[in-house]
Amino acid sequence: MRFMIIVKATKDSETEVMPIGPAWEPLFAEMAKYHEELQRAGVLLDASGLQPSSKGWRIKYSGGKRTVIDGPFAEAKELVAGYTLIQVKSREEALEWARRFPNPALEDGEIEVRQLYELDDFGPSESAERFRKMDLA
Amino acid sequence: MTTSDAHRAIDAVWRIESAKLIAGLMRMTGDVGTAEDLAQDALVAALERWPESGVPDNPGAWLMTTAKHRAIDLLRRGKLLERKHEELGHEVAARQESPERDLDAALDDHVGDDLLRLMFTACHPVLSTEARTALTLRLLGGLATDEIARAFLVPKATIAQRIVRAKRTLAAARVPFEVPRGTELAARLSSVLEVIYLIFNEGYAATAGDDWMRPALCEDALRLGRILAELVPQEPEVLGLVALMEIQSSRSPARVGPSGEPILLLDQDRGRWDHLLIRRGLAALERAEALGGGYGPYALQAAIAACHARARTPDETDWTRIVALYDALAQLQPSPVVDLNRAVALGMAFGPAAGLEVVNTLTSESSLEGYHLLPAVRGDLLAKLGRFAEAGAEFERAASLTRNTRERTLLLERAARAHVDRR
Repeated sequence: MRFMIIVKATKDSETEVMPIGPAWEPLFAEMAKYHEELQRAGVLLDASGLQPSSKGWRIKYSGGKRTVIDGPFAEAKELVAGYTLIQVKSREEALEWARRFPNPALEDGEIEVRQLYELDDFGPSESAERFRKMDLA
Repeated sequence: MTTSDAHRAIDAVWRIESAKLIAGLMRMTGDVGTAEDLAQDALVAALERWPESGVPDNPGAWLMTTAKHRAIDLLRRGKLLERKHEELGHEVAARQESPERDLDAALDDHVGDDLLRLMFTACHPVLSTEARTALTLRLLGGLATDEIARAFLVPKATIAQRIVRAKRTLAAARVPFEVPRGTELAARLSSVLEVIYLIFNEGYAATAGDDWMRPALCEDALRLGRILAELVPQEPEVLGLVALMEIQSSRSPARVGPSGEPILLLDQDRGRWDHLLIRRGLAALERAEALGGGYGPYALQAAIAACHARARTPDETDWTRIVALYDALAQLQPSPVVDLNRAVALGMAFGPAAGLEVVNTLTSESSLEGYHLLPAVRGDLLAKLGRFAEAGAEFERAASLTRNTRERTLLLERAARAHVDRR
């Protein structure tokens, strides 16, 4: 089964400047060490960091109308700053790996862990079939 | 935390930590049996304490410290294996140091090296293939005896006995806890790869039983392969095997129909293939290629699997390249099974008659006698040539040879269809 460890954004991850420099160095070192450990244990599938929301946009749907809203967005902790995808044998194993995740922020950070649906969880349906054909399965 | 929550948490910790723990203890004690006993003792201690105290922040270190104290007790009471006792005893006496310091130093260094040594030990050629498989799953995969027994559909007592005997054999042969060097390395590494692929295949196309696939076993093998690829990143064949397993695993969701029946490669819904695993497989294959030295047998098989993975529809398959890759594989590792696969590819690239010509030369091959895929392939080619009566007979023969019930059903259906088409 697969789980996504979602790193929540902070005001630091939301700043315009690249997260580099001495302040970030220890955090990156911890992150690298942790991900190496995942890799060495054969459970790491994928991982990536996201650029700040100022470079992204939202689309709101309302009564048949859609509106594009450019970033940045407030409420940093509602935003996603990165993810790590793991494949493990049980929910408990995912929890144990998550427990070891280093604090992803310069100050107080937060991660959230969610299990991925397998397409078979949706049962047979024409729409699910179409998703499967889109290389998303 | 309830007791059962705690036990599930401890299971998870065990799965993550047990191989490292046993490998470190193996280095200390020099004996697989002792190392595993010590690790089990630590697990028992965790089961007693953690439900009350909660799982410690660094559970791996906790388990290791607990096991280590117990090892030192054994050492002091002279109960460790004699030769290791001598070695460590001399060292301790000579340096006038406490055993703890030596042991600490031994444990802190080279976790990866120890794991690799443990893999080579578990897959040592003094052991039978069954013993290597069971020991690898147990020591490196962190599987309990009954999990291994269930995976291989044999009684728990059989696996338990197999593991006990394997440990005794290793001790009797005084197998050193080391990574082989020089010319020996290649042969020993291929033994490790063989064991991992065997585990994978038992999950991918179960040789017996009611289920056609046992995905958990595939995942265990893939995980072992990925771990090995981290330990020896410069070995193209390790990457080749990982690539092969990633790509084959990508097809798992498409290989089984709603009632558990197998679906053949060309009939699979490619939209159900797992493209994350395909990407990972192709990336591993590229890394293997980048290391140079040409393709080994696993990389060649991965390259063949990659041809299928890259084709969005069966018609887009580059069969000519697949034939060439099978040619190379047949030269490197001549085998009637490879020839049979090559015949299938030939049939696809140049027409069923070309394939059948090769298959016909294989029917007298004694090693393929009783191999159900030979008549299955022959039946397929005959059906394509419109020779339905012969095709039906071949499918029936194939059905009578397989031990897998799902596969038998599929083959009997094809036989029935051939008989209908005949009319």
